[in-house]
Order: sequence, then C-alpha cells, then structure tokens
Amino acid sequence: MKQIAIIGAGVAGIEAASIVSKNNFKVLLFEKENDIAGNIMNKARLFPDFSLAVELVNKMRAKINHPNISLHLNSEIVDIVNHNNEWELTDKKGTKYKVDTVLLATGYTPFDATLKEELGYGIYNGVITSLDLEKMFQENRILNSLDEPPGKIVFLQCVGSRDEKSGNDYCSKVCCVTAVKQAIEAAKLLPDAEIYIFYMDLRMWGQSFEELYREAQETYGVKFVRGRISEAASTFDGKIQIKAEDTLVGTPLKMTTDFLVLMVGMEASLGTKALAHKCGIDGPYGFALGKDRFLEGNNTTQEELFVAGSAKRPMSIADAIADGRSAACTIIESENRSN
Amino acid sequence: MKQHYWNEYQKAIADDHFFYERSCIRQTFFPGSETAFLRIMREELGKDIRDEANQHTCTGIGYHSDIVPLETTMTVVARLFSLMSDAGYENYVPSCVTSFGIFTEMIAMWNHNPELLEKTKKVLFDTIGRKFEIPLNLAHPSDIIYKFRNELKTKMKFQLVNRFTGKPLKVVEHIGCHYAKIFPEAGIGKAEFPHVLVGMIESWGGEVVDYPERRHCCGFGFRHYLLKENRGYSIANSKKKFESMEPYEPDFIVTNCPGCNLFLDRWQYTIAEMNNKTYDKNGYGIPVLTYEEMAGMLLGYDPWLLGMQLHQIQVERLLDKIGIPYNIDEKYKGISGQVLPRPENPINLLV
Repeated sequence: MKQIAIIGAGVAGIEAASIVSKNNFKVLLFEKENDIAGNIMNKARLFPDFSLAVELVNKMRAKINHPNISLHLNSEIVDIVNHNNEWELTDKKGTKYKVDTVLLATGYTPFDATLKEELGYGIYNGVITSLDLEKMFQENRILNSLDEPPGKIVFLQCVGSRDEKSGNDYCSKVCCVTAVKQAIEAAKLLPDAEIYIFYMDLRMWGQSFEELYREAQETYGVKFVRGRISEAASTFDGKIQIKAEDTLVGTPLKMTTDFLVLMVGMEASLGTKALAHKCGIDGPYGFALGKDRFLEGNNTTQEELFVAGSAKRPMSIADAIADGRSAACTIIESENRSN
Repeated sequence: MKQHYWNEYQKAIADDHFFYERSCIRQTFFPGSETAFLRIMREELGKDIRDEANQHTCTGIGYHSDIVPLETTMTVVARLFSLMSDAGYENYVPSCVTSFGIFTEMIAMWNHNPELLEKTKKVLFDTIGRKFEIPLNLAHPSDIIYKFRNELKTKMKFQLVNRFTGKPLKVVEHIGCHYAKIFPEAGIGKAEFPHVLVGMIESWGGEVVDYPERRHCCGFGFRHYLLKENRGYSIANSKKKFESMEPYEPDFIVTNCPGCNLFLDRWQYTIAEMNNKTYDKNGYGIPVLTYEEMAGMLLGYDPWLLGMQLHQIQVERLLDKIGIPYNIDEKYKGISGQVLPRPENPINLLV
C-alpha cells in the first residue's frame, strides 16, 4: 500500500485524506494545531446558508475516522526533501517520516490587520476584524466598549486584499459575501442597529451569493457604500470616527460608529510559504503553484507532490473541499497510471 | 486605546557629534527654540554640536512650490552636506521638518539611483570645487530630544502637571507631515502613530490627548498658504482640528514642525477675529509650543529667552498652571534691555 503524507488537516486535506484512504493509500495526516479545521472552528455560521460551522467540522471529523488514516496533531512539518523518489518529512520535534507521495494542504492565514495602521486595529477597542466578530457570534451577543448593544456597525471590505500598500494585489474572494453574511447575522441580533458596508466592488460570484446581497438590503436594511475608509480614530465618547469617500456620490464623508469591522483577506500561511519554497513550487505572494490552471491544477512541477485548497490561492470552504476531492482523484489517477 | 502600539518602531539616532542646520523660518517665528536646543545639547547633555556659520537654505519651500527644480535642490543639499564633511562631522541634524524631509528624500534618491549621486557630485565639484559625503546618521532634533528624554527629565525643575489639581496636563501633539509621512521609517513610531512627541510628553508627566482629528493636516500645506486664494483650505483644516480637540480641553499643543506651530497658533487668532470663537473655554485660546520650548520651560529656562512672548496665544496661563516663574516686566524687553513696542491686542481673543 502506498504511503501519502497530507500536510494540513483543514477541509481540503481532510477531504483528500478521506478519499485516498479508501483507495489503497495509507495516510499520514499532519496538523500543526491541536485540532483539525482551525480556520472553520473560528467561525460561527457559514455562508450562504448560515449552517453551523461546528456541524461541518463534526462531519469532517467523521471523514477521517478510517483505519488507513493516522492523524498527527501538534505536528508541524518544517522540512521536506525528495531522496530517490521518496519524500522525507521532518516535523518540529525532529521526527522524520518517509512517504511515497505528498499533498500540500497547508492553507491560509488571515491578514494581520495591525499592518493597516491607519485603521487602528490593535489600538482602538471599537476596531475589530471579521474573525473577532465571529467570536461574538459564537457567544451570540455583540456589546460595545460600554457593554451596550451597538447602535451602528460599519464593515470595511478588502483589508489586506486588492491593496498595493499591504503588498496583496489579489482578491481574497470570500470577504464580500462574508461581510454580507455577517451584516445579516448582526441585523438579526440587533434589529435596531444601523449597518453599513464600505466596498470597492461586490463580487457575488457563488451560488446564492447575489440573492444574499439582495436580501441584506431588502430584508435587513443593510446600507452599501462604494468607497474606501482612509482613517479611523477614537471619539470623545469612545466610539470610532471613520473618514471615507463615497465614490458614487463623489463626496468625502465622516461617520461615527460603535464598531468598525475589518474584513481581513487571506494570505498564504507560514507553512504554505515555507514548504512551497522548499519544494520549489512557490508562486506569487507565497502561495503554492499548481502545474497549470486547467487540467493539472493539483499537480506540481515535482513528481509525487500535489497541492490542494487555499495553499494555492484564496478560496471558499466549498471550493477548498472540492479542490481536496479533485486532488485525491488526481493522486489516485496518477497511481493507477503508474501501475 | 492601547498605547503600546505607538512605540514599537524605533530608529537609529547617533549619540554625539552632531552637525546642526538651522531653519529659514523658525528663527523668525520661534526665535528662541533653536538656541534652546543648542543649549540643551551642550549644557544639559554635554554633547558636541556644531552651529555652522556658512549654512544656507535647503530650498524646501521653493522645492515644494515647484519654483526650485529637483536638480537644484539636490545640489544645494549636497553643498550643505559638504559643509558637514569639511567640519569633520557625520551626523546631520536639520532643525526644520521640511528640511528633514528634503534630506531624507534626496538621500533615498541617491541610494536608489547611484547615477544621480555621481551627477550631483560632479556638478558640485565642477561649479564650486566642493566634495561631500552622505551623512552616516540623519536625525531630526526632536528625535534627539526624544532619545535623551529620560536623562533630561532628571534635570528638569518642572513637570507637565497642573499644580492646582495635581493632574497631568492634557497635551495635543502634532507631527509635521515631512517627518514620517514621506518615509515612515524616518520617524520614531512611523507615519500613522508617531511616538516622538508622545514619548516626551509622557516621560515628562503629561497626558496625550487622542482626539478624532489627531492625524488630520494642521493646515500648513505649501500651496494652501502660499497662494492667497487657497488660504481658506488652510484655515478650514486647522479649524477642523480645533473643533475636534476642543471637548478634551487641552492645556497646550506641541509640534515638531515650523508650519504646524505657526498655523495652529496664528489661525486661532484669525478664527477668533472672524467668528468670535476660541477653543479654550476662557477665551484665551490653546497655547502652541515647540518641543524645544516645552523642554526648555521644564528645565527652568526663562520663558522670554525661549521666545514664548512671540506666540499669538499667550503662555502665561500655562506657565501659571505648571508653576513656572516669569517676570511680566521683562516680556517685551530685547536682549540689550531695551523696551520693545507692545503688539496690539486682538479684538476677540483674550491675551
């Protein structure tokens, strides 16, 4: 039985593990954290159907309950070398593993919002990220710095995405619909709150996304303003003052809000950057490069090295699962061909 | 507010042996500040600092007004550096924030385009036969005061504390744009949350006012005030800041830029005369100090030798709050003891 190492127990890695394990592969599934699916565990509900994130995680957990899968938690792979058609992996503790095949599914990390100094994250309590807001949703309550329900919440799109200043020119793809989802969730929790979303474009590319965008406006009264926020500051009463330009009306504006929610983009995780570089498959912005964009997107330029999920580029959970499945098919197909 | 963020970024500042370059406009508007800085460096800190007699403009105002071309500015800067090289110094300290920005910009251009550096060297040598070296360390005087703020504190006779209430004075700080907004790494704390004045204020007992328009332009700008038609923009910017800081009832404003000092001070008079509005509840306005004046008054220097009588917003009420003694009869006397004419009183602004 062939042995495969899957690095990263996020949704892409788990989905691939679940499929290849049923097809004569012995799987070593490595996860640097102490549990699987870390990025999903940070969310309360998922777009576009508001299903509970924990339900998906439980289903993913069941998928890796297979005798051919051994899960290695708290096991960060720090080195990867190919010797005579065999991959040798080394974890942080120095333990070495020899496998025939490797799937890189090391995923993404959220953009560090403190790098956008002008937006005041880490400085003002009222400036939070989309991840911080998810934590509030998990606790089912949103309270401002005075422990009161906020009267106004402002979302800002494209923080660390499509932004030359932060060095990330690309679109993170999921933030538009995440803001719409979060705005609706906030409106449900706080029916009297005013909710604004500042955007550059709204990219409602997925199934049901456009409908969700319409529902946010028509049912929940979420107001969309096309424009960037240039600066956030604290007011006398501890709220957040923002400065922006409404580019449809063509005028600058100032607004005071309880919360400014920064929709942080996705960056290649440190693991993705390091391992892709070691394997010589690192692409723009540190993401791992597939062999091509069409038929061999899960292959790489290295034999028996495959890549899946948001280690390649920002993608949604559904897309990452599909990409993990696609990688599994590619790996099985490759094995069948060699036999 | 989480203060820790402000002081994360520090820059390299030399320890001793500085070459000082004075500002074109500071000696007119804040005539005691540069002298106070030299006194602090020599008498309080025991540093070697050269006050060069042959120095000249950096062209900053002309450069930013498109009157002086880049190549000229580059060569003029090269000549200033040649004075430093001739005097045997490597650490350049320009008094003015605009000059600091000019020097930072020219050095960056030379570093990125070595051919420009060679061209400048050739032009300077061919025209006046001088050679120059790029300074090893370029620091603004406020950087140096910041670096030695704790040492200075041990020598200070006063603190930024209201002697009547025992509470820290509330201080608005404002950083010149050309200090860190062109090259963030050139300033302590970088561009958005510079720490250079915050560090002084907090070390010396004061409390920084974090008001919504803290980072808004002071209203100086170059085209804003150089063209008469644009001066409305200048005063509108200053007014926006005053309105934003007013609820916090600041005791004074401190800046590290000649333009900020001048306009935040003088526009208070203009707004008072135009709108009968002052931003201090007693009608006197908010005093605006240079950081050298702030350091000097706490070290116990005579406020009138610091030149504080030339401010539009009078400083006596601030001095009283801290408990700094002054002789009102000396306020309008020249160095020679001659009594100078008193300025006219404004109509609305109390003095």
